[in-house]
Amino acid sequence: MAKRIEAVGVTAYYGSFKAIDDINMVIEPKSVTALIGPSGCGKSTFLRSINRMHEVLPGAYVEGKLTIDAQDIYGRDVDVTAVRRLIGMVFQRPNPFPTMSIYDNVVAGLRLNGLRRKSALDDACEKALRAANLWEEVHTRLSRPGAGLSGGQQQRLCIARAIAVEPQVVLMDEPCSALDPISTLAIEDLITELKNQYTIVIVTHNMQQASRVSDRTAFFSIDKTGDPGRLIEYAETAKIFTNPSVKRTEDYITGRFG
Amino acid sequence: MSEPSFGSAEVAPATSAEPHSREPSQVPAPRPGPVDDDVSVTAEPNAPRHRSEGQGPGDRGPDDRPTLLGGGGGLPRRRRFGPEPLFRGFTTASGTAVLVIIAAIATFLIVKAIPALRADKANFLTYYQWFPDPSQADQPSKFGIGALAFGTVLTSALALLVAVPVALGIALCLSHYAPRRLATGLGFVIDLLAAVPSIIFGLWGREYLVQPVRGLSTWLHKYFAWIPLFGGDGPYGKSILLGSLVLAIMVLPIVTSLSREVFRQTPAMNEEAALALGATKWEMVRTAVIPYGRPGLIASVMLGLGRALGETIALALVLGSTFNVTFDILNSGGNTIAANIANHFGDAQDIGRGALIASGLVLFAITLVVNMIARGIVYRRREFVGSAT
Amino acid sequence: MTTLSEPTLSIASELQVRRLPRWVPYAAAAGAAILAYLIFYVGKVMGGGWALTAVGAVLIFLIGLLAVSGVVEGRRAATNRVATTLIYAAFTLALLPLISVVATLVDKGRTRLDADFFNHSMRNITAFDEGGGAYHAIIGTIEQAGIATLITVPLGIAGAIYIVEYGRGRLANAIRFFVDVMTGIPSIVAGLFILAFWVLLVSPHLSSNGRASYSGFAAALALAVLMLPTVTRSSEEMLRLVPPPLREGAYALGIPKWKTILRIVLPTALPGIVTGVMLAVARAAGETAPVLLVAGGTDSINMSPFAGNQMSLSIYIYQQAGVAATHNYGVNRAWTAALTLVALVLALTIAAKLLARRSKLK
Repeated sequence: MAKRIEAVGVTAYYGSFKAIDDINMVIEPKSVTALIGPSGCGKSTFLRSINRMHEVLPGAYVEGKLTIDAQDIYGRDVDVTAVRRLIGMVFQRPNPFPTMSIYDNVVAGLRLNGLRRKSALDDACEKALRAANLWEEVHTRLSRPGAGLSGGQQQRLCIARAIAVEPQVVLMDEPCSALDPISTLAIEDLITELKNQYTIVIVTHNMQQASRVSDRTAFFSIDKTGDPGRLIEYAETAKIFTNPSVKRTEDYITGRFG
Repeated sequence: MSEPSFGSAEVAPATSAEPHSREPSQVPAPRPGPVDDDVSVTAEPNAPRHRSEGQGPGDRGPDDRPTLLGGGGGLPRRRRFGPEPLFRGFTTASGTAVLVIIAAIATFLIVKAIPALRADKANFLTYYQWFPDPSQADQPSKFGIGALAFGTVLTSALALLVAVPVALGIALCLSHYAPRRLATGLGFVIDLLAAVPSIIFGLWGREYLVQPVRGLSTWLHKYFAWIPLFGGDGPYGKSILLGSLVLAIMVLPIVTSLSREVFRQTPAMNEEAALALGATKWEMVRTAVIPYGRPGLIASVMLGLGRALGETIALALVLGSTFNVTFDILNSGGNTIAANIANHFGDAQDIGRGALIASGLVLFAITLVVNMIARGIVYRRREFVGSAT
Repeated sequence: MTTLSEPTLSIASELQVRRLPRWVPYAAAAGAAILAYLIFYVGKVMGGGWALTAVGAVLIFLIGLLAVSGVVEGRRAATNRVATTLIYAAFTLALLPLISVVATLVDKGRTRLDADFFNHSMRNITAFDEGGGAYHAIIGTIEQAGIATLITVPLGIAGAIYIVEYGRGRLANAIRFFVDVMTGIPSIVAGLFILAFWVLLVSPHLSSNGRASYSGFAAALALAVLMLPTVTRSSEEMLRLVPPPLREGAYALGIPKWKTILRIVLPTALPGIVTGVMLAVARAAGETAPVLLVAGGTDSINMSPFAGNQMSLSIYIYQQAGVAATHNYGVNRAWTAALTLVALVLALTIAAKLLARRSKLK
């Protein structure tokens, strides 16, 4: 059920500043794609344009075409909230709703969509928490505040929240950058499991992480400060990290810059 | 030859310029950090001891000990009456001044109220009328705050009922809906309106709101007389409805201002999380903004309540000053504790003054409790997550 | 390992949802206005009148929008539209009276904006006379607020210093809590307190004839009681904003604590503290009830705040407004005095806010 994403000429602006220019790529279903590159080169901007979160900021907009299974999400009559329901997002810092319990956090998206029957919510909650490898740890205290968990657990809670609504795509914006190595490993294992069901796109600064979890990797970069970010190379992860075609990719991978 | 004395026993005894000999150090070495013990140490070694050290006045305490750093374990002695303990004492006294004032308020009000309360032949808490200074000598003083307390609570409750939803709406509008520039400018204007003295609102209400409220009262009575509030059939003039509306307009800027601050402090990442789940804007507000700000909002409302309860002059200008307890808000009448004080203070004699003071004491107690609850809510929340106010 | 099964919940996965065209809300608004006009204004249902028409128009618009949007776009989008409309409506509703207050103030205040008003008192002027001014009231307000500030500022800042720098434990917590609570005390209670304490108890001992007397100083005391918690609280917040490394650097150099506070911490927090003081003064200048109780009010100019009744702008307004006369002379004076008072208060408040914006700590 996971969907295929295709970006055609995607260009994103913050007001008059062009952040990314003419991004073209195809992301296959049930795969993990990593977006890597130095800071400020548009990886997160591109990620957020996939679920139309980029335009939340005042003055920000996107040009170009981005299709999910051949449906352009930037089409004229498209409902933004429907797009975001289909595409889940996990953020850099864990952000469970502080006033809600673990249970309420997980089913928050379902409740918004009108699902009210307690039994259905309970089932969905358990399913999502199991999928996020969190069920064993929290199933005895589902009514406790979500903010009371450790950092790694909170992030897994956010993942559970995102997948509880059964999206087709899951976007992750540097999900492990605020976590310790053990939690990071746990989440990387989780990603490898989740890819059996979802299309996953993950932005990461950690090249080792990219090489561990992803099937394909996209390298973004900018020419000089003030320029928009561009997609430099996009290929199988193994190829990017052992035999990249573009010199700039090789420079970045080997640490010569960035 | 005057040499700085380092206070160690091996050094030659001080010359005549030095009034006291230094003793071996009994004071622990100074550490960076709040200096709780009153040790004054300057950063200037080798300052000759008969000159005041440093540039500041008053660096020398009455002991007139030089304070020097240096090897040999010579450290200055703790001063008992130096600038540090003096300063600390002064600030402590100033800090406790507030507590003293509260106690003083309670004390003096009670002291002045007791003679009047003794003279009161009626039950102070329940009696409606107000005759503390009877015109004839043999008539008993009878007065009570029954009607006043009722009016105070009713006007404040109605005012909040009207003002709070509107204030929350405006606050949300400014924090999440209106364009940035407009919101900042309007927020500024609303903050200014919160500073306008309340007498202005009373004046305006008396001049401009009486006619419209008269019209409103007539309309309400004609079509909604089945609701007890609107049962009054005239004459309409200075009524509880008018007073409540004026109070509402007065309380509006403050509650708006505080609520806007609360809403603005919602963490952006929680808002984004809600949006990313596919929430509409209103759903995002409902899920992330309002629950997060609930304690701050409650505190804002209670602060508005405190202000409404204590409002004096504006209500003195627009209420009818009667002494009855009724839910009829349309007819002329209405009174509150504070307005009553303002109205009768001028012609009050001894017992009358004491009676007014007694009613003020009750008002003080009520507002104290309301404010304590409001602050308690904020404090408890502050440890938890930390929000506005 | 967890097992992932195929999705079982039915959540619509259509991206294409029907949306209302852009012009529909405007058309609905126009339609609602016309409908309301016909029903309420022309048809005079429930009494008619323009106010009812306006309210009716808004209600019809909301109901219509809810219905149309609900059918076309779905329940959630409809709720969102209605919520947005209500929020903007609340905004507009509140603006009306507030604008009216400001407009009235300017309009009616203009009538006595003449030199006479600012140079004369009310001595020998009765309610039926056209002239007279508020000179004595202005003097009184300035003196009373000034003295109150002189009392409050050192006490308040010192108290704040105690709370932030020295206070540990229960006393400091109690002081903090009650300072917060006291910011909400009704002004008339402060007036009653000074009445009971200063006017009735102390002043007979101080006056020449042994009788209780009102004075501007008593009013200043009452205002100080009101200002003290505010000044303390805002100073406390400003002092807390001073970064700890600033203090620690001074301690590491061996500078005594009191010197650090006076020379380093306080000057850093000073712009913010001044802002807080100015806001407190603005509030004090506008207070009526406490001053009414203890300053007495008078028609003549009294330059001394310590001896005899004194007037203030706020009492002046109250008094003049209460005067019933056929020609509204009193009311006109009241409005101009009100305009003066508001101008004074707003000048202080705006200056305070501008200062706060420029200060680095805020």
